[in-house]
Amino acid sequence: MSAILPPSERVWWKQPLDRVELIWIVIALVWCLIMFFMMPYWHVYGKQNLANEAFRATPAEYLKKTEAMIAQYKVREEGAEGQKVPVVAPPAGSDVYLVARLWQWYPILELESGKSYRIHLMSMDWLHGFSLQPENINVEVHPGYDHVLTVTPTSKGTYSIICNEYCGINHHTMASKLYVK
Amino acid sequence: MATNRNFRTCPSSGLVFHEPAEKLMRWNAVVAVVFLLVGGLLAIGVTLTRWQAVHLLDPSLFYQVLTAHGLNMLVFWIIFFEIAVLYFASSTLLRCRLATPKMAWLGFWLMILGALMNNYSVIRGDSSVMFTSYAPMGAHPTFYLGLILFAVGALIACFVFFGTLVVARAERTYVGSVSLVTFGAITAAIIAVFTIASGAIILIPTLLWSLGLIEHIDSLMYRTIWWGFGHSSQQINVAAHVSLWYAGAAIVFGAKPMSEKVSRTAFLLYILFLQIASAHHLLADPGLTSNWKIFNTSYAMYLAVLASMVHGLTVPGSIEVAQRMKGYNNGLFEWLRKAPWGNPAFAGIFLSILIFGFLGGISGVMMGTEQLNLIIHNTIYVPGHFHATVATGTTLAFMAVTYFLIPVLFRRKIMFEPLAKYQPYLFGIGMAGVALFMMGAGTLGVPRRHWDISFAGNVFGYEFPGAAWLMMGLMGVSALVAFVGGALYLLITVGSVFLGQKIETPGFKHVGVREGVGALPAAAPDPKGAHAGIGAWGMVAPGTFVLALVFLGSFVLYYFVNWKYLSTVWPLK
Repeated sequence: MSAILPPSERVWWKQPLDRVELIWIVIALVWCLIMFFMMPYWHVYGKQNLANEAFRATPAEYLKKTEAMIAQYKVREEGAEGQKVPVVAPPAGSDVYLVARLWQWYPILELESGKSYRIHLMSMDWLHGFSLQPENINVEVHPGYDHVLTVTPTSKGTYSIICNEYCGINHHTMASKLYVK
Repeated sequence: MATNRNFRTCPSSGLVFHEPAEKLMRWNAVVAVVFLLVGGLLAIGVTLTRWQAVHLLDPSLFYQVLTAHGLNMLVFWIIFFEIAVLYFASSTLLRCRLATPKMAWLGFWLMILGALMNNYSVIRGDSSVMFTSYAPMGAHPTFYLGLILFAVGALIACFVFFGTLVVARAERTYVGSVSLVTFGAITAAIIAVFTIASGAIILIPTLLWSLGLIEHIDSLMYRTIWWGFGHSSQQINVAAHVSLWYAGAAIVFGAKPMSEKVSRTAFLLYILFLQIASAHHLLADPGLTSNWKIFNTSYAMYLAVLASMVHGLTVPGSIEVAQRMKGYNNGLFEWLRKAPWGNPAFAGIFLSILIFGFLGGISGVMMGTEQLNLIIHNTIYVPGHFHATVATGTTLAFMAVTYFLIPVLFRRKIMFEPLAKYQPYLFGIGMAGVALFMMGAGTLGVPRRHWDISFAGNVFGYEFPGAAWLMMGLMGVSALVAFVGGALYLLITVGSVFLGQKIETPGFKHVGVREGVGALPAAAPDPKGAHAGIGAWGMVAPGTFVLALVFLGSFVLYYFVNWKYLSTVWPLK
């Protein structure tokens, strides 16, 4: 029972290793280094990296920019009667603002396939989780941090944005659409 | 001071128990099991709601039950048990009196008070903020105060543990270095101090904020520091259950660590690098640079992953060596085939190693990779991962060790022995299913902490693919198997502790401190070439090596499959 007793060799740090341990440590270390270098590698050669671009903003400032964008690029409204949400079709390359708040994504975006957009994400209140389905892109949305992602939709269709950061009692109702034309 | 310095020697194991320490271990373990029971009952509500075909609870109750389930399992059950483990690894394994038992009781009662207060705040209904309680979503002040009191109690227990190490050294109750299991427990306690400090740094201001004394808590600051508490507390578990793996191998097989140097260095790597893993939770957050994320999330080049991979080899390796020395030396796997699969202490430990490594370890590294996090962040993949680590890794290891502790610590025979044989399999395999199917659903985008993935009545709702629904259903079925395993554990432990046949020791008497401690165990060096003639390929544990290569193969494959998956996602930068 010696793992629960003091080491039988007083000078245990001088005991030689068995081959099995040595070989495994070398293999495991090499694998760890490969995994480490995959991350910088993907920053250089991969196409899916989160931007380091984020700005501090107040909800009021952010909402103002969003409303300005909606006023300029609104194409229609969607949703149940009395709870209409504007749909905006901003031009490629422009700054697109998406508001996360209890319990709504605002507005609905209509993007063009193959074009890039600077999508801003910010919460007006608590934490929210931007989860684009079925693409499965998931990003944390903070209040006070305007997070900019340069996104290029690659295929046409109707996508869903759901909230996957718990945000209170109606968390599961927080869902929206995203159209790619 | 009238300190009780009485000891007893356990007739079956030869372990020396200091009676005040023994009482503390018993009470901490009993309270732990009570919280496991509470958490387990709550788990039924959680799973049967997420299994959409059943959809048991209404949303408000679901979020409340989920909050309480997380706290009772991740914090109260595990930490109470770990305190018992710390006292065992210090006082019992070092054959030494426990330092300041009165302080230890103070810590114990603070932990009880904190746990009850926290549960009270959740029962009130205005604190369904989940285990993570992310500000600016606020809970009732008693939510934070309860956690703070609990943490102070746990901190006191850590210092009682450290004090006991000092006492043991001063009173020369052991020769040479502390045992490997004690070393692992020291690792756990050091990580615990770091964890509790992080918790205090964030929870005290949050408490003041909830009382209206502080105006603003920044959400990113909260997440960054809170995870220093939230994730590090799980690293205490890793250090503790790895120590128990070694203890289990020693108790069941008389296994010696293959090399003290390697195993201890691996524990040291935990102390140095494991805590920065809390950055894993912030990979999809704004305002942090990629350099920061890559350094921290890789535990500075995956040195803590290396440590776990080393333990994953050396624990089964030491079992293999012990079995081969006993004569099970044929082929690659005779040692494993002839292992005591009917002994729940062994079965639990072995399943814990296997499932923790294959499901918990691989998934953890995958989702902790900066870019790969994007495809699983906040999906149900995340609870899938930590049910593999905490439920099948830590909890199953704790369950396994209980089968050893009941006769030794509580001096009772295990009741329902035939059932006990199957308990680790039911719980381990059921919970492995839970973890696996949650991961499967998460890969398909199913969110965590979500009451209704059908988005009933929502014009903007998303229709998840049928496979995701199937995964959630299979998760529910696996959870039922795990519940049976968990219920059996509770039945066996509670039954044995209160109603089990007493183990009477003839001539038992309390003895004073001097006489109570027997002769120091002599450090008998191994004869040269003790391992000659066992194993193959110049290795003492070739079977374990083959298993390790299978593990590595799965790891590499799964890792790159996920990169492949990521590469199909919309480009973003």
